[in-house]
Formats: sequence, C-alpha cells, structure tokens
Amino acid sequence: MARRVGLEVSLACAEAAKLANVDVVAAYPITPQTHIVEHLAELVADGHLDAEFVPVESEHSAISACVGSSAAGARTFTSSSSQGLALMHEILFIASAMRLPIVMAVANRALSGPLNIWNDHSDIMAERDIGWVQTFAENGQEVLDLMLHAFKVAEDKRVCLPVIVNMDGFLLTHVIEPLLMPEQAEVDAYLPPYQPQQRLDIAQPISMGMVGMPEVYTEAKKASLEALLGSYDVVKEHWAGFAKQFGRQYKPIESYRSEDAEVLFVTMGSLGETCMTAIDELREAGVKVGSVRIRLWRPFPVDDFLAAIQGAKGLIVMDRALSPGVPAGPVATELRGLLYAKGYHLPVQNFVAGLGGRDVTRADFRMMLDKARKAFAAGGEMTCEMVGVKE
Amino acid sequence: MSIAADALKNFEKITPKNIPLVEPLSRGHRGCQGCGEVLALRMVAKAVGSSMIAVSATGCMEIITSPYPQTAWEVPWIHVAFENTAAVASGVEAGRKALIRKGRIKDDGAKIVAYAGDGGTADIGMQALSGALERGHDFTYVCLDNEAYMNTGIQRSSSTPWGAGTTTSPAGLKSKGQMTWKKNMAAIAAAHNIPYVATASPAFHLDLMNKVKKAITVPGPAYVHIFSPCPTGWRCAPEDSLETARLVVGTRIFPLYEVIDGRYVLSRDVKNPKPVEDYLKIQRRFRHLKPEDIAVIQKRVDQDWERLLALVKATNPEAKTD
Ligand SMILES: Cc1ncc(C[n+]2csc(CCOP(=O)(O)OP(=O)(O)O)c2C)c(N)n1
Ligand code: SF4
Ligand SMILES: [Mg+2]
Repeated sequence: MARRVGLEVSLACAEAAKLANVDVVAAYPITPQTHIVEHLAELVADGHLDAEFVPVESEHSAISACVGSSAAGARTFTSSSSQGLALMHEILFIASAMRLPIVMAVANRALSGPLNIWNDHSDIMAERDIGWVQTFAENGQEVLDLMLHAFKVAEDKRVCLPVIVNMDGFLLTHVIEPLLMPEQAEVDAYLPPYQPQQRLDIAQPISMGMVGMPEVYTEAKKASLEALLGSYDVVKEHWAGFAKQFGRQYKPIESYRSEDAEVLFVTMGSLGETCMTAIDELREAGVKVGSVRIRLWRPFPVDDFLAAIQGAKGLIVMDRALSPGVPAGPVATELRGLLYAKGYHLPVQNFVAGLGGRDVTRADFRMMLDKARKAFAAGGEMTCEMVGVKE
Repeated sequence: MSIAADALKNFEKITPKNIPLVEPLSRGHRGCQGCGEVLALRMVAKAVGSSMIAVSATGCMEIITSPYPQTAWEVPWIHVAFENTAAVASGVEAGRKALIRKGRIKDDGAKIVAYAGDGGTADIGMQALSGALERGHDFTYVCLDNEAYMNTGIQRSSSTPWGAGTTTSPAGLKSKGQMTWKKNMAAIAAAHNIPYVATASPAFHLDLMNKVKKAITVPGPAYVHIFSPCPTGWRCAPEDSLETARLVVGTRIFPLYEVIDGRYVLSRDVKNPKPVEDYLKIQRRFRHLKPEDIAVIQKRVDQDWERLLALVKATNPEAKTD
C-alpha cells in the first residue's frame, strides 16, 4: 500500500528516481534544482540507492556523462534548470538522435539576463525542438507519477527516447505537499529493470554516433521524428497502465469545467492550479469559463487538444516565456499555427505572464478574461500582452 | 602513492615478438595519405585489443572512421560531440560500474579509452577532461596531438607550436605565424595527480604501445599524449610523416617520458640532439622562419629539456640522467 506523506516536491522527485532504481545520476547543481540532486546524493551515500552518483563539473558534462552511461546500458537520470539546461543544449539533440532513454527533471526557471533564479518557462521553451518527450507537472503527486512514467516511456522498445519532466521551480520544487508514496514492489511491477536494445558491449561491438552524410541525414532525422510521434500512443498506454497499478489517471490534455465554457484558458504547469481557483470564482459569478492544461507537450497531442477546445468561442493562451520578434509567446504561436492548419477560426488572445517569478494571481486571470472577452466581442486582431508590466 | 607502480609490477612488455595482431581499427578508413594521427590511433587500438571501448571526440579521427553506414571500428565505439569526450567516458565507466555491481552485466574486463585531438583536449575539452581526471574514473585518455584543428582546415590551437603557420595564425608581414608557446598538456594532466601520464610518438611504436598498455593496466585515470604528424596540415610530404615523428624526439622538441605516480621517468635520453632546424625544415608550416626565429625555438627547447631533467631528478632521485 502506498503511504501518505508530506514531502517537499524536490525530494519526491528524487524519491521517484530512487523507486525507479536508477543506475547512474550525473548532475550539476543549480537553483531551484539543487534539492533534487542533493537528496539523490544522500540516498546514494546512505546506501538507500545503489547507483553511481557522478558529481560532474558542468551541465554539459552532466548530460554527456548521461549519454555515455545510457549507451553503456544503465538507467540514467539527471536534473537541471535554466542556465544549466541551456548549457546542455548541444547534447540534448544528440541524446534523442542516439535514441537513449535518459530521464531528466527540469525545475523550470527564467534564463538570464538579467540573472533571475525564479520560475518561468523560458528555459524549456528554448528546448522545444530537441526531440525529447516532454511532460509538465502541475503538483507534487504529478511530479512523482510523471517521473515513474517517464522511465517507462523512455525505455519502451517502441520509443527509445529521452524524456523531460518539467516542474515549476520553487512554485513546485520547494513546496511541501501531501502525496501518496508508492511501495517499491508496486513500482517494480510497473517498471521492470531496463533492458537495452543495444549497448557498448565488447562481445557485440557497434558504432554509435557516426557521421551522417547528406545522403543519410534526412532519413536519420525522419526516423527520430517518427519515433517521437510514435511515442504518443505509448505515453497514453503507460498512463493507462499507471492508472491500473496506482489508481491515478493521467491524460495528455486536462480539462477543467470546460463542457459548456465559452472561453478557455490554456495553461501549462503549476499555473493551472491558480487558474482553476479563478475559474471557480468566475463560475460563481455566472461566467462560462473553463481551462485546458497541456500535460504532454512533446509530442504535442493535437487531437486531444482539438477535442478539448470543442465548443469554445475563444482561447486565452498563457505563455511563461517570450518569443522575441514574433507576435506571440511560444505556446500561443504554436497553437495559432495548429488551429489555422486544422481550419479553425478561433480567436486566441495571448498573455505572457509570470516571468522570472512574478506572481500570477486570480485577479490577473479575471483581468485577462475581461480583456479577452472584449477583444473577442470586437472581433479584432489577436494580440499578445505582457501582464503587469510596470511602466 | 604507488598505485601505478604496484599495478605495473608484473607488466608484460610488448616486444617485436609479441606485437598484437588484432586490428580494432581496421583498414579502409578515409585518412589522408601518410596520416600519423590514424597511425598512432591504430597503435593505441592494437595495444588495447578487442576489449577496447572507444570514446571518440569530433575531429579527423571520428570523421575518417565513421561515415554511416560504414565504420572502421571492430570494437564498441561512441562519438557524441567535440568537447565532451572525457565526460562521455565518465558516464560509460559509471554506467558499467553500476551494472557490474548490481549483477546486471558481467565484468568482461573492458577498457575504456577516450581519444581526442589537441583541440578537443587542450582547448574546448579541457574542462571535461580535468573533471574526469579529478573524479578518478577508471579510463585512459589519449590526446592525438597534430598541433592544430585539422578537421576544420588547419586552424591554430593552444597546442600549435610557436612559429607554425596555420589558417588562423598565418605568417605575414607582421606575424611569424603562431606567436604563443605550445601548451604543456601532459604537465597539466600530471598536475591532477593521476597515477599515469606519458608522452609518445608513433615513430617509436613499441614505446607507444607499451605506454598505452600501461595506461589501461593502472587503475584510475591515465593520460597519454601522442605526437601525431599530419602531412596535410603541416605541409610536408606524406613519406616524411614518420620522419617528423622521429625528429621531434631526436631534437628534444617533444621528449618521451612517463609520470608514474608523480615520478618523472625519461623514456629516451637524447644525448646528442639534432638541431631543431632539421625538424622544422621538412615542414612548410615553418618555411617563413628566419635563422633568428629558429634560434629562439632552439633556446626554448633547450630550456624545456633542462626543466624536464630537473623534474626527473626532483621526483625520481634514483633515475640516472646526466
Ligand atoms: C562545439 C563545437 N565547436 C566547433 C566544432 C567544429 N570542429 C569540429 S572538429 C574541430 C577541430 C578538431 O581539432 P582537433 O581536436 O585538434 O582534432 P583533429 O581534427 O586535428 O584531429 C572543430 C573546430 C564542433 N564540432 N563543435
Ligand atoms: S588532415 Fe591530417 S590528421 Fe586529418 S586525416 Fe589528414 S593527415 Fe590525418
Ligand atoms: Mg588537431
């Protein structure tokens, strides 16, 4: 039976890696990820986790060591944030191209400059195209659950891709939440030891990471793309398996009070919780508003998203990062493109909010709703506004 | 500290009679004619044998041996990027260690050998290398030093010698080519207090192979710095490639030595050194140098040699050098 515990979410994340019985952790400290790797170092030091903890000298080396260890056939975990994730950038593409099932927890944080250690999504939005499966957690339980699910998906023979579990820095990583901690036996039943398809083995030599000439590069990219797109079914299948094993249900897109909603907020990560509270208040005032939360970010669950917004007359898409020089934030840009491609003529108001740790309050949601409804009524141009900028 | 000395007590030397016949790096790669770097790497691979797990940096040796779907490697081989070879090797080592300890794979005695060029070692890969040496992973790191970024077209590195012309340190009216002195990478490796460091040249193939064999025999990190002639980048005749590798030692420009548990040991005491000019004149990368420039180089080489002898004396008083 699972135990009910109160635990800092970072520790829950580390405990998930322990329950997954990872073989190697290679990581470099950066706020707000530090508690995750510190706790893993402790678990190894105390003998609670039989793993190699590689205290590398940089994030570039962290992800490089992960590539090496995963290629050797070991279950491999790392975690980073912001500048650290950016320093990994080069190798992230290589890890997915080499089809290595590394799992990384990203404690989302603003990118410098100016230097800022607080939460937003600018770090991960700069890594949208790395070819990894990516999920976003809303709360502590989800962090733990998505972590276990991440290993299951990554190592599935039909996928063989690295996975990132995103969790908002501080807003999630540093809060203590009540959660259900599964038993080791339950996790073992869900997640058997990693059986690599191929590894660096002197008995069966293979060359990994070879040069791709123009004659093969396109095909190599296509193969990786197909693996990522194909992971969608496996992601869902392993959420179904997760529900069977642990009793908690997860979907690529989560809806809240959306059935008859005329306007839908679209959020990612922990912002969804504030959004739901705001929706409850607005509903009491008779406003037909709901929300849609993107849990599976890559591969993007196109059909689930379209199904979730059926009936809505307008969307309010929240971005927690800028895409400078483009008329919307990264999420809104993508969703507008998707809607256009699918023949929808649905107005999308975009708000960039919560940059670098700026709070996004229920009042902000009410303000955004007001503005969006006016814009929808006027039927004008779709805009993007940065929320709460002090002039 | 006698980690290396203990491990090498019963060391069985490679001799002309027992040169390994295995060729983990097989023929058919795309190296230039006379490439001394691939020759050195072949010797490394022979010395390690079929238990080698090769970790490659981006560079000439990666490009010429792995154009998909062809590979020249008969042993497991991985390439990830340019600057992270030592970090990748750290991960391979850590992964195997955990899996062996947990009983998930058997200990097959595989030897992890990471290699990179001088650029991948002394410049962009220095941090990852320093980290891996400091953490004490059990692996051997081989720097194949052809004294420039050859893969990208002969640009200077911090390992390019003073006076050499490269495409980013060209000789001109106001320049003699590279105007800085070659970085002493072996000394930097030795400063990490790792059990084994050595320098080698493919012109002395038994010495090279024995050093590699020692490097993989000692537990923990080992570093072997191999002078690797590049006729294409040095603008010398392919048939002179090995001659440069011989002369660089015979002129004392690139001394062959080992640092075993911190003790410096000369592999070859060059009693009657040839003038550096003999080495310089067969390579067109030095052709712009005037006699006074060559004198500057000669002076530096003499000083460095004295410094090396002093290190040998200081760390290894029993050694006989005069
Ligand atoms: C991060 C990064 N910067 C630059 C390059 C381009 N690059 C590839 S190989 C190379 C030079 C390799 O020089 P060296 O390490 O000395 O090896 P060599 O080719 O001389 O054997 C460079 C600059 C790269 N691949 N990655
Ligand atoms: S450029 Fe130089 S190092 Fe590269 S393959 Fe040719 S000879 Fe060898
Ligand atoms: Mg080079």
